[in-house]
Amino acid sequence: MRLTYPTNIKIIRVPCTGKVDILHILRSFEKGADGVYAVGCMEGDCHYTGGNFRARKRIEQAKKILDTVGVGGDRVEMFNMASSEGPMFAEVAVDMVKKIKELGPNPIKLPKQDAA
Amino acid sequence: MKTKTPSRLEKILASGQMAVTSECGPPRGSDPDAITKKAELIKDHVDAINITDNQTSVTRLCSLAACIRIKLMGLEPVLQMVTRDRNRIALQSDILGAASYDIANILCLSGDHQSFGDCAQGQNVHDLDSMQLVQTVRHMRDEGKFLGGDDIKRPPQMFVGAAANPFADPFEIRVPRLAKKIKAGAEFIQTQCIYNLDKFEEWMKLARDRGLHEQVYILAGMTPMKSAGMAKYMKNRVPGMDVPDALVKRLSDTPKEKQAEEGIKICIEDMQRLKEVEGISGFHVMAIEWEEMVPEIVEAAGLYPRPSV
Amino acid sequence: MIVADKKPIEEIIEDIKDHQKILVLGCNECVTVCEAGGKKEVGILASALRMYFLNKGQEKKIDEHTLERQCDHEYLEEIRDDIDQYDAVVSIACGVGVQFMAEKYLAMPVYPGVNTCFMGATEERGLWTERCQGCGQCILSRTGGICPVSRCAKRVMNGPCGGSTKGMCEIDKELPCAWQLIVERLKALERFAEYEELSPIKDWSTDRAGGPRKVVREDVQS
Repeated sequence: MRLTYPTNIKIIRVPCTGKVDILHILRSFEKGADGVYAVGCMEGDCHYTGGNFRARKRIEQAKKILDTVGVGGDRVEMFNMASSEGPMFAEVAVDMVKKIKELGPNPIKLPKQDAA
Repeated sequence: MKTKTPSRLEKILASGQMAVTSECGPPRGSDPDAITKKAELIKDHVDAINITDNQTSVTRLCSLAACIRIKLMGLEPVLQMVTRDRNRIALQSDILGAASYDIANILCLSGDHQSFGDCAQGQNVHDLDSMQLVQTVRHMRDEGKFLGGDDIKRPPQMFVGAAANPFADPFEIRVPRLAKKIKAGAEFIQTQCIYNLDKFEEWMKLARDRGLHEQVYILAGMTPMKSAGMAKYMKNRVPGMDVPDALVKRLSDTPKEKQAEEGIKICIEDMQRLKEVEGISGFHVMAIEWEEMVPEIVEAAGLYPRPSV
Repeated sequence: MIVADKKPIEEIIEDIKDHQKILVLGCNECVTVCEAGGKKEVGILASALRMYFLNKGQEKKIDEHTLERQCDHEYLEEIRDDIDQYDAVVSIACGVGVQFMAEKYLAMPVYPGVNTCFMGATEERGLWTERCQGCGQCILSRTGGICPVSRCAKRVMNGPCGGSTKGMCEIDKELPCAWQLIVERLKALERFAEYEELSPIKDWSTDRAGGPRKVVREDVQS
């Protein structure tokens, strides 16, 4: 559709959001990501039946851990949409980047740079 | 019928007359007047007074000490003993303690789980269960020996009872359970309070079919309802309780200030009906924190004066 | 298997906060099956701990490793050569593993990362329930294969108690009454008549009450 969306998003394609493990999310933040989000099929329409439900549960888990360690659970989100919904994809991207910019950089980035 | 112990309760039951027992809950403190006052209210209307043992797992003055008080007043206590709080050493020891004051009746129970009470974080013991406790008291009395095998000097002479709940689940084992308690050595039974008389009579019939009513004295448990609220609470929130909808309705339909009076009326009606049931040897009137109503109930049910033995 | 549950991370943080080089050590057996202490959980815990301390301006070395078991000498020996580079270990094996580690590596602080709960079975993924308390004298042949010691809150030997309601325990409407289950099983096995046999007083000396226990098999000892 050639819609524009922010360039500071790295897309990692997976066959289903059910493939996303909580460890992938945590390690992303450990390596300096400011935000992570998963985009999966509409609930009930998952191509693999229930992968997106699992992803949502893992995102919720990750939120709790990130809150406990002080990075902030708001930095991780899950969105559901049909694969044809280009405009929504772009909208979500814009919204997510806006939110992360408001939250500021990943708090562990600075100490990590200092320590290095 | 011959009696095996000096128990007044046993003597009355053995004579074929209806027995009446009631219960007193000890205080949450050490004031002995709390017990003696309650006992004074009911002493002429009952043959024996049960003292509960940390009921609902709420810590109270111990049953044994309260029973001693009752005994020293010249009255007849029934020592209630749960297996939740004491191991077999303590159970046998407390039985001897009671026997040293010639307390002649004991009711053996498991006890409500401690999570219901004020010490939910405590351990529970259950070294023995209630049936094994019945066996133990009988063993101490009839064999004159401790569980460990040694002889007891001056064995306890106690009339042994157990509880029965015709309304707990599953119903199909309620009578086999009664049979088991008799096999373990129970000599009298006090039932859980009865509101569903049809179900109770069904249980009694099944018990009679097996001849169990001739092997043990059954005392029907009665607790008068104070209000429609109490009826609803007991129906919904107390495990093992069967309160028919009709009863709740009858109380709800009564104006609030007359509900207590209606509750007493129902209790008396029920007792009069159950008096006619074959196999009922008496009543156990549990008017918790309402002990002052016991005399009225006993009199209106036609059970006053109490016999002397 | 032994079922354990992750400790709140705050407790682990409190234990290791003064250490700098920490090894998070998992176990491939029971705790993996109950998803509390396996390789994945090691990764999650280590990552979370690293982020927590970085956020506080401290970069701690937090490494990850998972052993086959932590209750056998040979597996715990595998880390003998590498252990000295750490000043603390968080073991997310069951309590047995934590202790065996502590016995083996006397000078190395070992902290538990899970709460060990009971011996139980996987009813479904995400739900593990207790079945055995190791009383040392199994009576399952008398109770149709259902244990009144571990599944009855009052461990009554001649149950059910008067609080059993609609097949559930008085302490929890969702906890099946063990004796209800036993009765049903005896009926299914056509052994309902056995219900009326009195169960004898239990010998608890082989249970926890008798003190720490051991099993010896001289025929296999060297």
